[in-house]
Amino acid sequence: MKIHIKSGRLIDPASGTDAKQDVFIAAGKIVAIGAPPHGYHANRTLDASGLVVCPGLVDLAVRLREPGFEYMATLESEMHAAAAGGVTSLACPPDTDPPLDEPGLVEMLKFRARNLNQAHVYPIGALTLGLKGTHLTEMAELTDAGCVAFSHGDAPLTDTQLLLRALQYAATFDFPVWLRPQDAGLARGGVAHDGQVATRLGLAAIPVCAETVALSAILLLARETGARIHLCRLSSAEGVDMVRQAKHSGLKVSCDIAIHHAHLSEMDIGYFDPNCNLTPPLRSQRDRDALRAALADGTVDALCSDHAPVDDDAKQLPFGEAETGATGVELLLPLALKWAEESRLPLAQGLARITSDPARVLGINAGRLTLGASADICIFDPERYWKIEAKALKSQGKNTPFTGFEVKGSVRCTLVEGQVVFESA
Amino acid sequence: MFLSSNPQLNRHGELHHLLSIEGLPAAILWQILDTAQSFVGVTQREVKKVPLLRGKAIFNLFFEPSTRTRTTFEIAAKRLSADVINLAVNVSSQSKGESVLDTVANLAAMQADMFIVRHGESGAPYLIARHVGEDIHVINAGDGRHAHPTQGLLDVFTIRHYKKDFRTLRVAIVGDVLHSRVARSQIHALTTLGVPELRVIGPKTLLPSNVDNLGVHVYHDMAKGLKDVDVVMMLRLQSERMQGSFLPSPQEFFKFYGLTAEKLALAKADAIVLHPGPMNRGVEIDSDVADGRQSVILPQVTFGIAIRMAVMSILAGN
Amino acid sequence: MTKPSLPDAEELLAALTAQMRPHVTAQTGLVGIVTGGAWLAERLHRELKLEVPHGSLNVSFYRDDFQHKGLKHQITPSAIPFEVEGRDLILVDDVLYTGRTIRAAMNELFDYGRPASIRLAALVDRGGRELPIAAQFVGTMLELPAQYNIGLKRDAQGRLSLALQQP
Repeated sequence: MKIHIKSGRLIDPASGTDAKQDVFIAAGKIVAIGAPPHGYHANRTLDASGLVVCPGLVDLAVRLREPGFEYMATLESEMHAAAAGGVTSLACPPDTDPPLDEPGLVEMLKFRARNLNQAHVYPIGALTLGLKGTHLTEMAELTDAGCVAFSHGDAPLTDTQLLLRALQYAATFDFPVWLRPQDAGLARGGVAHDGQVATRLGLAAIPVCAETVALSAILLLARETGARIHLCRLSSAEGVDMVRQAKHSGLKVSCDIAIHHAHLSEMDIGYFDPNCNLTPPLRSQRDRDALRAALADGTVDALCSDHAPVDDDAKQLPFGEAETGATGVELLLPLALKWAEESRLPLAQGLARITSDPARVLGINAGRLTLGASADICIFDPERYWKIEAKALKSQGKNTPFTGFEVKGSVRCTLVEGQVVFESA
Repeated sequence: MFLSSNPQLNRHGELHHLLSIEGLPAAILWQILDTAQSFVGVTQREVKKVPLLRGKAIFNLFFEPSTRTRTTFEIAAKRLSADVINLAVNVSSQSKGESVLDTVANLAAMQADMFIVRHGESGAPYLIARHVGEDIHVINAGDGRHAHPTQGLLDVFTIRHYKKDFRTLRVAIVGDVLHSRVARSQIHALTTLGVPELRVIGPKTLLPSNVDNLGVHVYHDMAKGLKDVDVVMMLRLQSERMQGSFLPSPQEFFKFYGLTAEKLALAKADAIVLHPGPMNRGVEIDSDVADGRQSVILPQVTFGIAIRMAVMSILAGN
Repeated sequence: MTKPSLPDAEELLAALTAQMRPHVTAQTGLVGIVTGGAWLAERLHRELKLEVPHGSLNVSFYRDDFQHKGLKHQITPSAIPFEVEGRDLILVDDVLYTGRTIRAAMNELFDYGRPASIRLAALVDRGGRELPIAAQFVGTMLELPAQYNIGLKRDAQGRLSLALQQP
């Protein structure tokens, strides 16, 4: 199908393009930018006047909840939500049930996702069998099956010796390892940041040192083993400072933060809103401001949604008992734009953090609009304000702490491999 | 959004639920204290009942077991001529069973007028209050570590009975503040009512970070902390805190933070001693202090009934 | 419509005292209904030189309009400093109107014990009864349109006067 996207404002952060340029698609690829190829006749023309045309978004953490958690969400519902959010490539954490620790499971997931013909799914494999923290997985086999990295999800990895060996093994093959810096002991039992809100509300607390102690261990082991590390979901000012120093000293390490930590703090818990029960917890406003600054100066490489749909029965519980996590793949774009605008950064930089930068972290050929590349494109309205309503989300999970937020950036059309996978009225 | 309005007050600013002392204007605290004063008179008569809540159905919804608190609420409700139904909800970590909200929805359908809720998780009564119809009032009888407002109220009522003016007092709260909902409620009540100096005394493992944010002075040395105080409020030390990672042993705790006659002598000569009960004699408090002339622990119990009658009456009338 | 003129409370009190004097004994228990009735009871107790200390009754917990009006901020608790059982009581109130306050007061008194008798002294009887209640001692009858409410006031010197109030 030949599609002509006309009159849009083309923003491609990777190449620095920000101009009115048309895009021409054929056979699932971008065949021309600016002027059509000779003899090109479009089957369909998309009028993108007043809209931005950018690379399809790359989200580093989207839980599809299959296999095992279908009561929370399904592949269908979440892939549809991703498409509605303009996401064309997503990385899926291994914490399914069973976890993605066998090639068969990974192949099944990729097969199912492929058949839905929506975003490209990049599974992150389990670092240990069953995510139990005792046996390494067959990382090479899993990579052959399609895994792009290995992580431990939210499960604690308490055996530092095993962590060392896992990093050594991964480093042997140059497999990236994605780790959440959270010390199991220091975080044990906690549900909220160790700050004034937890003290007032009487919530069991997770101190900042749960993150910094774990970071310290991970960074030292990374230096020791030469493994390629990506740090998932930083939450504290001290944490990003440690990463900044590590990068400065030449260590090859990358990190991301979730949309929630870019905008919210412990104050948003209010009267025990279980939608604010997140891992890592929402920390102080000072921490939030440091994360935002780090995202701006590049210490934090990417912004992701950390999408975690949860069913109502598991969320509408007293704060400490509620299942952790928030739905958010549909909110990645507007919240990235909001961060960029509030930080007085150009739109292109906001888009970089959700397109070319996460693509680089993932090591995939995506997040850019280049000739000959797969036509994975997001077309959105950058000006129209809309209100986030939980009920209106396409995700099966309605658990978002952003209800009532007025944001800009509504996706009008999403294309994957040159096919329209989402179109709004 | 959750921050928008105080869920305890109705749109006229009157008390609709009692979930926490934090966020309540001083005027409402005074209203409760003064109303309780009237009920003290009632509890001293031969006919200890008034017909105020006749026909009302009050459900004691206890997700955490407690005989004494439940009994005092039951007595208070019966003295107001209300009908009381006790529900001890069995919560085991293995079997989730019916969710909190399902339980509440079923009871609300049985024409409940008021829920008195005790739960092991901070914030549970807020969840319940958000989901009941607007004619149903919720009273928090203790949620996790967060709040125990009727206890806080009866403690300040007791203090007012003996000391009259809050604005001249030095008050010390001693013990496991970290895990104590009673302490948090006491702190909010005392600061709202104008106590100029409020101290917390305990080892670092048992004091929350940022506790000074609540308006208190922190002491780790009990001798220094008790000097010249007018009111000593002892907290209960739960058995699971007594050894392990918070404290090595009850003996060591008693040595440094238990209230003995000797330590009490450092406070003012007419200082009063409170304890929410039940007491661990020899751990938080020595028997001769608990039974001594400065102890007001038994009057606290009587005042507790009057306070609970006051809270239920005010809510039912709003 | 012109505001109604109100009689002098001190004069009415004198008239009431004169009516009651032949009917009280050393054992009579006087109980005033807070707030106006309690002020009157205090004065009557002094004028009549009664032996038994006077009591005051806060009927808030016995009213029949709790559902509509809620609980007012309680300042004065009830205090009955004598044994009610077997005693002749005189209830005192400033204004007798529908009779509901007196009904509540009697219910409350019966929770203290079983009196031998209860009589009622009212400074002003403005008619408009909704219950079968009557006063044995009355300062004056006063016709008042329904939209007006009156009550007793007391100044710093202790002088009583009648005034119009918000309903």
